[in-house]
Amino acid sequence: MHWQIDLIILTFIIFCAVGAITVRDLLSTAILFGAYSFMMCLLWAVMGAVDVAFTEASVGAGVSTVFFVAAVFRTSRRTKD
Amino acid sequence: MKFVAFLIVSLCGGLLLYATADLPAWGDPNSPASSHLSPHYIEKALEETDVPNLVTAVLADYRGYDTMFETAVVFCAGLACLLLLRDYSRREGSFYRHIPTGVVIHFKNNAKSMPASREFEHMDKEWVPYDLIMKTVCRILIPFIQLYALYVVAHGDFSPGGGFQGGVIFGSSLILLAISYNLRTVVQRIRERALGFLCALGILIYTGIGVLCMIAGGNFLDYGKLAEIFPVDPGHVRALGMVGVEIGVGITVMAVMVVIYVNIASEGRHDEGL
Repeated sequence: MHWQIDLIILTFIIFCAVGAITVRDLLSTAILFGAYSFMMCLLWAVMGAVDVAFTEASVGAGVSTVFFVAAVFRTSRRTKD
Repeated sequence: MKFVAFLIVSLCGGLLLYATADLPAWGDPNSPASSHLSPHYIEKALEETDVPNLVTAVLADYRGYDTMFETAVVFCAGLACLLLLRDYSRREGSFYRHIPTGVVIHFKNNAKSMPASREFEHMDKEWVPYDLIMKTVCRILIPFIQLYALYVVAHGDFSPGGGFQGGVIFGSSLILLAISYNLRTVVQRIRERALGFLCALGILIYTGIGVLCMIAGGNFLDYGKLAEIFPVDPGHVRALGMVGVEIGVGITVMAVMVVIYVNIASEGRHDEGL
């Protein structure tokens, strides 16, 4: 029933995941991780697991992105490999 | 080397994908997970616990022991962050900016810090001019975020949400304060000592409720027995016990989020950050 929405979200998830490990700029990686978490949150919401979606939105997309950005701010922005 | 790593990763990924074929279909009523335990929760949770939100009933009551140790894991994460990153060495000197003229004064010795005043503001090496729009918007927004976080904690047994989410939202409102104003603002509002105290207080509330249940003659975290200590409705006492536990979880998670952010953003010096 929701397979079109699922397909769109899953495509975005794969794009975000591949982008997060290939992009050289670590700040972009942090943002891509946030986008990935937000897509996962949408997926949980589509599946009906609203509690999990809520946790994913607040922890995954919210706070952990901020932690990543703070860690990038204190280390280097470019990755070595 | 990279090729070997790629090979291992694709092999493991292939195995996992192969194994997913054996998983029951999503929402399959005949799968083992939904044929033994779930029907009991779905049919009996409301009358046993008086909590409309099934997820909260499972997390905080049926699996209360799990949630307690999850909270302990969060506490340990905050503790590890503090122990690894906290730097108690004092930095040499301090800078003050005279706001009307923009002149910066540098104190070489850190004998005395200047008292806060309208004319001078404390300045760090990574000082950036405050953005008035951002500051004002965040100042208006933060109380509402905090109110919403309290709503999420208090309404955990009626609607999605609970201690973890509410605590994270409350903690992120303080992080927003640190980002929009200054890290020092947050550290001055909530002292490090208070944060550490709050981290431990949340777990203490959780285990304390469990121990109270034992004192009343039940098992650990058996909220039903709390009715013998407190003058509450015996039918609703499990829901109230869950709210108490969620408050404990929320306090710990809130404090841990702020501890982690403050320590990461300032490299453990608690002075300047994002």
